[in-house]
Amino acid sequence: MTYHAARRPNQGIDWMLISLVLALMLVGLLAVYSTTAGEGSRFFDLTQMHGRQMIWILISLVVAGIIVLMDSKVFTVFAYPVYALMMLLLILVFVYGITVRGDTNWLALGPVRIQPSEFAKFATALALAKLMGSQNFNIRKLSMQVAALLILGLPAVLVLLQGDAGSAIVFASFALVLYRFGMSPFYMLAVFLFLLLTLLTIVVNQTTLILILFGLGALVIFLFRKNKSLTLTTILTLLLSLGYVFASHYVFEYLLEPHQQDRIRVLLGQQASAQDADYNVRQSKIAIGSGGFWGKGFLQGTLTRYNFVPEQSTDFIFCTIGEEFGFWGSTLLLLLFLATILRIIYLAQRQRSRFSMIYAYCVAAVLFFHVVINIGMTIGLMPVIGIPLPYVSYGGSSLVSFTILVFILIKLDGDRLAILR
Amino acid sequence: MTDVYQNRRWVIQYVVIAVIIVYVLRLFQIQVLSKNYQQLARNNVLREVTVFAPRGLIFDRKGRLIVDNQNEYDLWVVPSQVTAFDTAAFCALVGISDSLLRQNLLKAAAYSRYKPSLLLKGLSVEKYAAVQEELYLYPGFFGQVRTIRSYPYKAAAHLLGYIGEVNQRHIEQGGGYYRMGDYIGISGIEHSYENVLRGRKGSRFVLVDVHNREQGSFAEGRYDTAAIPGANLISTIDIELQQYGELLMQNKIGSIVALEPSTGEVLALVSSPNYDPALLTGMERTRNFQRLATDSLRPLFVRPLKAAYPPGSTFKPAMALTALKIGSITSTTEYTCPGAYVVGTLSVTCHHSGYVPDVATAIQHSCNSYFCHIFRKTVDDRRFAHVAQGLDQWKAILATLGIGERTGIDLPNEGYGFVPGSDYYNKLYGKNRWNSVTVISLGIGQGELGMTPLQLANMTAALANGGWWYTPHVVRSVQGSQERRLPTVVRHVMDLDTAHVNALRRGMFQVMEAGTGRWVRIPGVSSAGKTGTAENPHGRDHSLFIGFAPVDSPRIAIAVVVENAGWGASFAAPIASLMMEKYLNDTIAFQRRYLEQRMLEADLIP
Ligand SMILES: [Zn+2]
Repeated sequence: MTYHAARRPNQGIDWMLISLVLALMLVGLLAVYSTTAGEGSRFFDLTQMHGRQMIWILISLVVAGIIVLMDSKVFTVFAYPVYALMMLLLILVFVYGITVRGDTNWLALGPVRIQPSEFAKFATALALAKLMGSQNFNIRKLSMQVAALLILGLPAVLVLLQGDAGSAIVFASFALVLYRFGMSPFYMLAVFLFLLLTLLTIVVNQTTLILILFGLGALVIFLFRKNKSLTLTTILTLLLSLGYVFASHYVFEYLLEPHQQDRIRVLLGQQASAQDADYNVRQSKIAIGSGGFWGKGFLQGTLTRYNFVPEQSTDFIFCTIGEEFGFWGSTLLLLLFLATILRIIYLAQRQRSRFSMIYAYCVAAVLFFHVVINIGMTIGLMPVIGIPLPYVSYGGSSLVSFTILVFILIKLDGDRLAILR
Repeated sequence: MTDVYQNRRWVIQYVVIAVIIVYVLRLFQIQVLSKNYQQLARNNVLREVTVFAPRGLIFDRKGRLIVDNQNEYDLWVVPSQVTAFDTAAFCALVGISDSLLRQNLLKAAAYSRYKPSLLLKGLSVEKYAAVQEELYLYPGFFGQVRTIRSYPYKAAAHLLGYIGEVNQRHIEQGGGYYRMGDYIGISGIEHSYENVLRGRKGSRFVLVDVHNREQGSFAEGRYDTAAIPGANLISTIDIELQQYGELLMQNKIGSIVALEPSTGEVLALVSSPNYDPALLTGMERTRNFQRLATDSLRPLFVRPLKAAYPPGSTFKPAMALTALKIGSITSTTEYTCPGAYVVGTLSVTCHHSGYVPDVATAIQHSCNSYFCHIFRKTVDDRRFAHVAQGLDQWKAILATLGIGERTGIDLPNEGYGFVPGSDYYNKLYGKNRWNSVTVISLGIGQGELGMTPLQLANMTAALANGGWWYTPHVVRSVQGSQERRLPTVVRHVMDLDTAHVNALRRGMFQVMEAGTGRWVRIPGVSSAGKTGTAENPHGRDHSLFIGFAPVDSPRIAIAVVVENAGWGASFAAPIASLMMEKYLNDTIAFQRRYLEQRMLEADLIP
């Protein structure tokens, strides 16, 4: 603590990670330019999407600079207040929220419109790091588990209630962090089984599923009839499963919007390919596939330029890269993301403070989850879940929030030798 | 800091790396291995747009435009681009009923939200000009130009023919030229000269966006082909004469064919009842066609080319010609008519009686007995071993006049008419079970004999020329071409004795001077002709006339058939004389206005 005052704010910050992030932003800017620029439009045109994206990048860099200049103690000290503030913003959306492109998850702050759901991510990461980084935290204790689950669940539920299922699912990525720091892999398995059961409730007729579950339960009880405790566990599991089946069936049929049901059904191959819901993925795959090995060249992507791919500057931005830069370009982008995530894990491992380390893993988990879901949906490996590709997709809230997310890490990392928490 | 789960770092890293590898492999699969997506992408954005070649125009023999191209506009709608609009104002502007608008919009939306649907067809240029000015107020609506045929003279429908969309057969037989939605000439000149008139359509490859909007040309137009406009045709028709003929034939069933004997050019080709050629263009084509096709008077039937009538007395010059050519008679063969031709139980009555000094007089008086006599003399001539041989020789000579054969006119579906030969009677009666008496009505143009009005006119032209004729044709040349006439036009020479032909022409001249045609003489013009009456077993006899004028240097040869009009002299002859007068004098003499009036007012529709 004594040499704290002597240090320059930018001392020890990781230029490698900053370079990777800036490279991603540049790729994003070029891709947005490619999808929005018409014939003869200028690069510096603020009325166009790419012009606004440029402004957002500048704003992000200013925010990044502010973070670097801040005292890193702030993040630990204000972790909970920041979290609380963001939850408040999320709640305010219910009252003052405005609708943009069909989603009512925006707040207007003067001339700027933001999506609090984007900013909830770094706040949640801070809060989770604060909780799990505390001296007396033990993930094996139920109270701790409940506390962690509350921190993750609150924003997830609030975002889900705003109708943004995609962003809500992102909070599941923190499971990776829980696992890293001692959560039993069986929990992960249980979560996975739950997801499987969720799928089955949609795919399989409800009555059939209940019969199958009863059959399986009876079989287990019969096979291990000597083992009384297992029988009890099986019966409990069976009851839980049944309850879950009813619940998820209810959620799917009555709470999910028809287009969300469609998307899930298309993913599961339950809907005819000609259906509208399948159109996005089909066009996206065609655009990427038509890029070939070398791509069609910058600004030459006919499909993305002529709007065949919906939401091509936001959620489907990867199509532009796939079409215009082909296999080598898309692979390069994937490797760029891989390098970024691995670099973050590397940074995480060299932290001396538990808070910083956990926070770093949160950043890695959120980034990884976004990349996997977003690119996976464009190449037909994941369901269509509307979440942006970090640093690349058009959109100010996402860009600024990911910048804050990663630059807090960079600041913490830069101060890793100076402070020990 | 204790980190008991240190090894989980590697688990996480491997998971991340594994997922990225899976994604890279997947990208390799869809981008490098599968060529399918590239094709799909091309289908998505590349459209081949046909560039239609303007169809050639048609002019008449005096350079008057008779078939033109006219622009019409269709109104299209792309439902996804439509915003809320003032329907009342829109309906008033476009001229569509509110209910029809709603109905078509719903239909369009049901078809596709992004692809254009037809909202309203056939706005005129004037109407569209007004619509276009305000169309910007209604996003999602746009006009598209379409070319249709137009007919400044509203005449000659059968001759000009019509165009229509290609059917499957046209596509299969078109050598890959035609595609669905293309137009093709279906009848008349439009059909015969399809290859000249259509030009060659071009194509343009354009990139389109998801709403099917053009975004630019593909590869700087390297694969585009330009359209070559169709060539214009110069027709042989005199459109005013044609119109006059159609006027004279109104409320009558029948035909007029007028030829220029020296060239074979068709001056007029009237088929009655006729119709306005504009009926078979544009939007109402299908409905009008249905109506015309089911009309009991068969207005779509091209009578001059297809309807075959017994020529009756108009056949007599041709009959005489066969006899002269075979040599069974001379031009001064004489005969005394007792008022009927009687052989055994058979009797053919004659309207006249008395001494006939020569062929010309026989034609003048249309003496049935004389022609029965020379018919038998001809087919039973001692040069022939048998009547069958005689009849076939007779038939062969008629064929050189274009009788019983297609003349070869440049219009589709020409009929053959019918001239029976020995085969026919052998089949009908049995071999050797018929003789010249059995078939004697052929000698006076009755019996099984059938001639189309075109064949009648062509025969007349051949007589007018003195024994030769050109293939009748309705197109003189392709505009801009150096050829004086089309290669399909051939000169047929019949190798006749001039004295023989002169005898026939003298006879036909006397018909007009002192015979059945004398009351329709054209003032100031010497004409020759022959009336005829075709027996009609279904009703009143058909009135026929053939003629040419002026006699010394014929400029027009004509055949007129008026169905159910009785004597040849009653309608066919006056109509023909008016046509000739109109063509030669350009006007109808005052003293013949009453005749013209009578013809115009006559209603002979049974
Ligand atoms: Zn007589």
